Amino acid sequence: MLFNRFFKSLSYTSAWLVLGILVAIFIVLYHYSAGAIRHFGFFHFITNQKWIVGEDGDGGNFGGLIPILGTIYSTLIAMFFAVPIAMGIAIFLTEIAPEFLKKPVGMAIELLAAIPSIIYGMWGLFYFGPLLQSWFGGQSNSLLTAGIVLGIMVIPFMAALSRDAMKTTPSVLTESAYSMGATRFEVIKDVIFPYAKRGIIGSIILSLGRALGETMAVAFLIGGVFRFPDSLTSATISIPVLIANNFGEAGNLQLSSMFYMALILFIISFFTITLAKFYFLRRD
Amino acid sequence: MSRLIINKIILILSTIAALIGITFLLWILATLTIKGYYSINWHIFTADLVNNGLRNVIIGQFILAGMATAIGVPLGMLAGIYLREYGANSKFAMIIRNFSDVMMSAPSIVIGIFVYGIFVVPFGGFNGWAGSIALSIMMIPIVVSTTDSMLSLVPQELREAGIALGASKAQVILSIVLSAAKIGLITGGLLAFARVIGETAPLLFTSANNNFLSLSLNGQYPSLTVSIYQLATFPSQTSQNLAWAGSVILTLLVLFINLTTRFIFKPRKQ
Repeated sequence: MLFNRFFKSLSYTSAWLVLGILVAIFIVLYHYSAGAIRHFGFFHFITNQKWIVGEDGDGGNFGGLIPILGTIYSTLIAMFFAVPIAMGIAIFLTEIAPEFLKKPVGMAIELLAAIPSIIYGMWGLFYFGPLLQSWFGGQSNSLLTAGIVLGIMVIPFMAALSRDAMKTTPSVLTESAYSMGATRFEVIKDVIFPYAKRGIIGSIILSLGRALGETMAVAFLIGGVFRFPDSLTSATISIPVLIANNFGEAGNLQLSSMFYMALILFIISFFTITLAKFYFLRRD
Repeated sequence: MSRLIINKIILILSTIAALIGITFLLWILATLTIKGYYSINWHIFTADLVNNGLRNVIIGQFILAGMATAIGVPLGMLAGIYLREYGANSKFAMIIRNFSDVMMSAPSIVIGIFVYGIFVVPFGGFNGWAGSIALSIMMIPIVVSTTDSMLSLVPQELREAGIALGASKAQVILSIVLSAAKIGLITGGLLAFARVIGETAPLLFTSANNNFLSLSLNGQYPSLTVSIYQLATFPSQTSQNLAWAGSVILTLLVLFINLTTRFIFKPRKQ
């Protein structure tokens, strides 16, 4: 009996741990960024486009505008590229593909999702970036390269979630539409999409949340220079890349500013993902 | 006729979308195959990073991910057990489920610097424990969600039969429910392992990297993924070849785990 109660409280504590870690992340990020928050304030920090380390390596002038814009722009490019393709794949997998193709194509998409992000980075750095450069000019490591590779990375995730949402459409609905003489496109547009709308929007927002925080692929591809992103083919920087590139040798105030950036990133992605999860993909 | 034409166009477009997806997969795999052919040789598996080999970093990556599994799987499974066996559809269980899903998509770099804040700064330097803990934090929500859904596939009658025999709830869970869900749980654990072994960002500022083989988690720890990142951006042909060799090995490993779990441990459908 004692063991019975012990086991219950052990698993209860572990369940709380999940929430505990999430809260601890906020507290720790806030704790370390307090110095930068006090020094720069909020509006000044997010509108300042400088990132200059002080002479002694300790102080300096740090602002988050460029990495924040770099993050938002690269994510938007990724979405612009990924949404149509992912929707096409989801439609293909639910309504078009013949039975014998559904499994292998579905599996190929899932394998694409399993490949570590650093591999996408390597491939983009040595192959895809130079290819884009030869087409569009500019730099090979740029906002465009980072955005498109980011898009390729979220396609499988988005397609799989949207497919699952579309699959929940009751076959009674689709079959009755077909029996009325509707074409496949009409069934997709007028029956499946309206029925699975929440799930599809949720999958898009969730993928957007993932793209915001992606580090390694973008670290290889965005260029990593503190430069205002004024054209698609120029190099810039994003929040995760700023942290990955400069964290090691940072002095006090810069370190604190990077925690500040991480806090901003975490809040943005937390609310994006929470919106997707609690509003669109609610499990209950 | 125009609606039939629109229909055709849309069907062709979405088939093209599927082809684009597969093209990228094949393109990446082809690149890796060619690069692997030229860059992988026996020397890589016998020499350490300091001598242009990958032996120590491959071993290191396995130990980091293995240690993360040892921490993350029991905790995640316990939480998953609570959600399914005790919490079920209570408000508390629902909240934990949703927040666990939110944590699954948290940026990995944020988890990395969170662990830097609590396990690197207080202990005075990068260490292997911090790396394993960062990876285990990434793992927990994945394990919670697979445990939760695998246990929901176990028929209620099995639990009732156990209770009818006079077993306590803990005994029912440990000796009946878990063994009924065994295959699904192992699959979930392996997939979570495959997911974290390819992670880089959580390791950058926790365990960092080490040129030598190290078995003590108290110091900087060798990592394959961090090595790939450092080698790829280093302007020398030898380093870049080594980075490619590492990428090929990592991808093969991850795809191998994914494919075997799919073919060998097919979870029983209820």
